Amino acid sequence: MLHRIATLILKELQALLQDRQSRMLLIVPVLLQLAVFPFAATLEVKNNTLAVFNEDAGAESAELVQRLSRAQAFTRILYLNSEREMRQSIDRQEALLVLRFSPEFSRALGSSSPVKIQAILDGRRSNSAQIALGYVGQILQRYLDDRNLRQGRVALSSVQVRHWFNPNLDYVYHIVPSLVAIITTVSTLVVTSLSIAREREQGTFDQLLVSPLTPGMIMIGKTVPALLVAGVQATIILSAGVFVYRIPFQGSLPLLYGSMFFYILALAGFGLLISSVCSTQQQAFLGVFSFMMPAVLLSGFPSPVENMPLWLQYLDWFNPLRHFIVIVKGVFLKNMSAPLLWPALWPLLVIAALTLTAADWMFRRRLG
Amino acid sequence: MNLRRLKALCRKEALQILRDPSSNVIAFVLPVIMLLIFGYGINLDAKGLRVGLVLEDTSVEANRFAASLYGSPYLRITTALTRAELAQALVKGQVRGFVVIPQDFSEKLKRPTDTAPILIVTDGSEPNTANFVENFVRSSWQGWLLERAASRGESPPASVTLEPRFWFNPSAESRNYLIPGSITIIMTVIGALLTSLVVAREWERGTMEALLASPVTRAELLLSKLIPYYALGMLSLLICVAVSTFLLNVPFRGSFLVLWMVGSLFLGSALGMGLLLSTVTRNQFNAAQAALNAAFLPAVILSGFIYEIRSMPAVIRAVTYLIPARYFVTAMQTLFQAGDLWPVLSRAMLFLGVASAYFIGMTALKTRRRLD
Repeated sequence: MLHRIATLILKELQALLQDRQSRMLLIVPVLLQLAVFPFAATLEVKNNTLAVFNEDAGAESAELVQRLSRAQAFTRILYLNSEREMRQSIDRQEALLVLRFSPEFSRALGSSSPVKIQAILDGRRSNSAQIALGYVGQILQRYLDDRNLRQGRVALSSVQVRHWFNPNLDYVYHIVPSLVAIITTVSTLVVTSLSIAREREQGTFDQLLVSPLTPGMIMIGKTVPALLVAGVQATIILSAGVFVYRIPFQGSLPLLYGSMFFYILALAGFGLLISSVCSTQQQAFLGVFSFMMPAVLLSGFPSPVENMPLWLQYLDWFNPLRHFIVIVKGVFLKNMSAPLLWPALWPLLVIAALTLTAADWMFRRRLG
Repeated sequence: MNLRRLKALCRKEALQILRDPSSNVIAFVLPVIMLLIFGYGINLDAKGLRVGLVLEDTSVEANRFAASLYGSPYLRITTALTRAELAQALVKGQVRGFVVIPQDFSEKLKRPTDTAPILIVTDGSEPNTANFVENFVRSSWQGWLLERAASRGESPPASVTLEPRFWFNPSAESRNYLIPGSITIIMTVIGALLTSLVVAREWERGTMEALLASPVTRAELLLSKLIPYYALGMLSLLICVAVSTFLLNVPFRGSFLVLWMVGSLFLGSALGMGLLLSTVTRNQFNAAQAALNAAFLPAVILSGFIYEIRSMPAVIRAVTYLIPARYFVTAMQTLFQAGDLWPVLSRAMLFLGVASAYFIGMTALKTRRRLD
C-alpha cells in the first residue's frame, strides 16, 4: 500500500514539475511577492506631501514648519497662499493634509493662551491622513516640550512609548510572517484542487479511480505534494525574512513547522472538498478563488479581526488562515509557547478533521 | 470583418457563458459577496481598541488620569494588578497595548522639579493598531493635562490643539474609500480571470482547431471574445455600484457617464490582459495561475486601494504607474467621494486607454491563425 501511495506522490510531483512553465509558476511568484510585498504592502506614511497655509508671520509657526519638514513622513512641503489653493491641493491629491496657521498663532502661543491649528485631511485616504496627523501631533508635542525646556519650565508629565516585538513599528515585521501563511495557502489550494480538476478534464482521474487506489489513497497522494511544496515555499520565505529582511526569529522552529503541518492539512481538506464538487478547471479555479479571497481578506492581515462585526468574527472561525496567522506571527515575533498557541491550534485540528472527512465522503459518494 | 459571422461567434460565446454556472457565479454572485466582505470585513478604523491599564499608583491624581482613558470612545480599558499580567495578555493578543501609571506618579506630579511619566506599551506585531493605541492614549493624556490645569485654575501649559477636518469623508470611515477601491479588485477578477481561461480552454479542448479551420478572421475571433465579456463586466460594475450605494451606503457623487467611460477603459485593459495570458500560455492551469499573479495580486497590493503608493520605495512606485488598477482605484475613489474632478479623471482615462490598446494589441499580435 505504501508503495502505491509513494508511486502516486511521485507521479503528482512529476506532473507539478514536468515543464519549465509549470516550475516557473511555482517559484517565480513566491520570489516576486517576497521582493515586492514587504515594501509595498505597508500602511506606513512616508514620502508624503504636507501643505502649509501660513497666515502667521511670527517665528513660532516658521520653526514648527521647519521641524515638520524634517520628518520622514513628509519629504515635500507645499506652501499655499489662499483658500483656493488649499482646496486644489487636496482635490488633486497633491497633498495628504493641509495645516493652516491663523494670523495670531505666534502671538497667542507667546501669551500662553490656547491655540488651534486647522488641519484639512484628504478623506479619500483617511487612514493615512490619520496616521500623518498623529505624526504632526507628536512633532508638535516635542516642539512644545523643547519650548518649555528653553524657558526653564519643567513639564508636568510626559509619555514614554515602547513598541514591543517591533521597536520601530516596522511594517516588514507584520508582512513577512503573514506572507508565510498567505503564499502557502495559494500553493496548497492550487496543488490539491486544480490538479484534480485538470485530471478530471483530461480524463486521467477516471484512470486513477479504476486503479487499485482507494479514494483515501488518492487524497493522500494529492495532500503530500501540497505539504512538500508549501514546506519548501515557507522555508524560502522564512529564510528571506531572517537573513534578508533581518527580522529576528524569536520562537521555536519545530513548533512552527508542526503547526504548519496541521494548517496545510486543514487547507488540503478545503482544496479536496472544492475539487470534489467541480468538474472543470474553470469551476475549480473559481472555487479556489472564492475560498481564498475571503480567507486572505478576513485573516487579519489587511486589517485586524477585532475590527469586524461580531457575527463575521464568529463566521471567520472556520477560516484556517485566521488562526495560522496568529501562530506564525506569534512564534516568529513573540516567542509564543505551545500552551499560549493552543487556542489558535485546536481550531486548525477541528477544521482539518471536518474538511478531510467531508472530502473523503464526497469522493466515495461520487464513486458510488 | 463579417458582421454576421461576428454575431454568430458572440452568440456562441454568450451561450457558453450562460450555460456554465461558474461564469454566472463569477459575474453576479461573487461581486456581491466580495463587496460585502470588503464592506464589513476590512476596516481600518480602530474603535474600541482593547488596552490594558495598571495603576501602580492609586492616588486621586492617577485615578483622574485613568478616568480620562475610560472616557475615550476609542479605547476599551481593562485593568490589571501587575505589568506581568498584561504582558502575557499582549503576547496572547488579548490586548493591543497597555498603559502603566508608575508608583511615584503623583509624587512626581507634586514636585515642580520633576516630570511624572506614564508608560505606553503597544503590540508592535500589529503596527497600524499600535500607532492608533499610541495616538489615542496620547490624546487622552493631553485632555487630562488641560482639564487638570483648568480645575486648579492654573493657566494651562502652552498648548496647541490640532483641529482635524476630513474632506469628502467627514467621519473618516475607511469603508468609504475601501469599497470604491475594492470594486477595482472585483472588476480585475471578473475581467482578467474569466478571460484568462477562454482561449486556453479552446486550445485544450481542440475547438480552436475547428475555429481556425473556418473562415474566421483574427479580428473577429478577438472581438467575439471581448464583446460578451465586456457586457458581463459592465453588468457586474453596475451591480457593484448599486450594492455599494444602496446597501453599504457609500455616497456616489460622480456621474454615470463618467463611470461608464472609466469603467469601459479599465475593463478593456483587464479583458485584454486575460486574453493575452490565455493566448500565450494555451494552458488553463498555467493561465489561471499567471492571471492570479499578474492581475489580481498587483490590483490588491500596488493599486493604492489600501496601501499608500507614496510610502513605497521609488522602484516599486515606478512599477505602479504600469498597473491599470492604480488608475481605476484613483478614478473610483474620486468618483465616489469627490465627484467628477476632471484633472484627476482625465489622467486616469488617458492611462487606461493606453493600457487597453496595449493589451488588446499584443493579444492580436500573438493570435496566430496557425497550428504549431
